[in-house]
Amino acid sequence: MQQKPIFLTILDVLSIIGLGVATYFALVYAPTEAVMGNVQRVFYFHVGTAWVALVGFVLAAVSGILYLVTKDMKWDRFELAAVEVSTMFFFITIVLGSIWARPAWNTWWTWDPRLTTAAVTELIYIAYFMLRAGIEDPEKRARFGAVYTLLGGISAPITFMVIRLFRTIHPVVIGNASAAAQGGFDMTPNMLTAMFIALGAFTIIFIDLMWHRIRIGALEEKVEHLKLKVSM
Amino acid sequence: MDSIPNTDNYMIAGFIVSFVVMGVYLLSMYVRSRNLKRDLETYEALDTEKK
Repeated sequence: MQQKPIFLTILDVLSIIGLGVATYFALVYAPTEAVMGNVQRVFYFHVGTAWVALVGFVLAAVSGILYLVTKDMKWDRFELAAVEVSTMFFFITIVLGSIWARPAWNTWWTWDPRLTTAAVTELIYIAYFMLRAGIEDPEKRARFGAVYTLLGGISAPITFMVIRLFRTIHPVVIGNASAAAQGGFDMTPNMLTAMFIALGAFTIIFIDLMWHRIRIGALEEKVEHLKLKVSM
Repeated sequence: MDSIPNTDNYMIAGFIVSFVVMGVYLLSMYVRSRNLKRDLETYEALDTEKK
């Protein structure tokens, strides 16, 4: 493995600080929401993780296109890293949404358009790992993965837009909410600050984790090549 | 005026889940990286022996 770049170490430190600051702003700085109480504070992490996850799925689709055009394995490593980190963050998004929904909607889960598209998106990307695990040939695996993320990438904008296009009980933070939306709240300036701090912090953490995962991917490739060489 | 409902337990559960999931992912990255480095050393040694 190559020497760890100094910028990656700086990014590690910034991620830890960012997570700490985002937690402070969510738990202490932001005011308590009058209708829902303290559970509303998970909203900051819910939005932060959703933002990076959906951007990550789109990035994976873009790197899938770049792989298909260039056949350069670095885009496959980038794609895999984007999907893996995004799937982890999107899992947090869904669980936090469910925890918030229990006191706000009086249910852990409902098959609302937003919740359904989010669950489908998560399942699509879990299936991506199953697809990759079933293909031995690295080039074939990269090609199939690229086409899969390209098609799967469509689910990210659908998930984002669904609350703006359909009648849904999921609140909308930016834009007009559906008349059926439940649990929405007016954002005070302090709440907005906490949300943007969380968005910034999770963006830094996402880049940091992506970079680490890309380095692991490069190491995996090296081991795979050497294994083939030794066994021949 | 209505009092603010006590939903502290849900909030605590939410933050615990967030930190645990991120922690487990970080741990899995560390373990994979360590195992790969070990594999690389083994294969490099085998390759040198072969030569």
